[in-house]
Amino acid sequence: MALQENLTAPNYEPHIQEERFLQGVKSCIPTLLGYLSIGFAAGVVEKTAGLSIAEILLMSVLIYAGSAQFIAAGMLAASGSPAAIVLTIFFVNLRHLLLSAALSPYFRHLSPLKNLLVGALLTDETFGVAIHQAAMKHRLSEKWMHGLNLTAYLNWIIANIAGAFLGQWIADPERLGLDFALPAMFIGLLVLQLISRRKLKADLLVAFCSICLVVALSYLTSSSITIILATIAAATLGMAVSKWK
Amino acid sequence: MEIRWEVFLMIVGASIVTLIPRVLPLVLLSRIQIPEWGMRWLNFVPVAVMAALIGQELLVQDGKLSFGAEVIAALPAVAAAVLTRSLLATVIVGMLAMMALRFFL
Repeated sequence: MALQENLTAPNYEPHIQEERFLQGVKSCIPTLLGYLSIGFAAGVVEKTAGLSIAEILLMSVLIYAGSAQFIAAGMLAASGSPAAIVLTIFFVNLRHLLLSAALSPYFRHLSPLKNLLVGALLTDETFGVAIHQAAMKHRLSEKWMHGLNLTAYLNWIIANIAGAFLGQWIADPERLGLDFALPAMFIGLLVLQLISRRKLKADLLVAFCSICLVVALSYLTSSSITIILATIAAATLGMAVSKWK
Repeated sequence: MEIRWEVFLMIVGASIVTLIPRVLPLVLLSRIQIPEWGMRWLNFVPVAVMAALIGQELLVQDGKLSFGAEVIAALPAVAAAVLTRSLLATVIVGMLAMMALRFFL
């Protein structure tokens, strides 16, 4: 590691540093507990909303988004129409536009089809791990990304099914702190990014403004739009501030 | 173990609207050159979106500002992240803190 960091010429690196599929799998391991607990919780909620095991399996395979699945379960339980559920999920997941856009510079050399495969399994967590990796290595490997994505994906499906089966006996998942796995993971991803990027002042300013905006905007509009607006505004501020330096 | 037609339609629709935002920028932005200011903007997106998600999880409840146990549980989680630089340790410490708070409060 130390030797590689001393080599500043990036031309040396491609075949030495090409991150493999298995290394992507390894990089995913720290997030697995988060996926397990959130996927498990989603399985529990989906089951109690009256979804069958087959429906839960189909949801975790095709939708693969915790927020979307929680919304679907909640709205189905309240007998919402499929169209209304789909529209709500669309708005909540618009934030993935930003994650996908932030990763795009690292995969510009790939074909559109390969980019589609990279993006199809993108989540908040795999994005966090990937952007952390990108900050350290200044590049991302396609194979590494597939290893990361597929590990998270399989773990998510297993966790959903486990939650659906075992959830019948868990009366109060909140008592176990299961619901805090998601914010704790976001905290970890943010702090690790701040440490690795080494532009702490600008980053802290952006993070602080983003949090303030989320709180202020939540009085005016829905939570998913809040996230998008706060992200756009705070990132723009970061762009402006970094220009002045 | 059956799949209802209405639920099936909902799942397919939801999977399409979750897929599109995930892949569209990756597929399209790879084809075009992003200007320097655009790159600088994208550079700050990860921090901004992660902070926004944290803010919403910790500070907002029913569309209002709220200081609950989540804010307190976040402190040991942040400390764990800084000290261990491990995502797993952060998650475990956060969950344990939350569990302890719920037990005592």
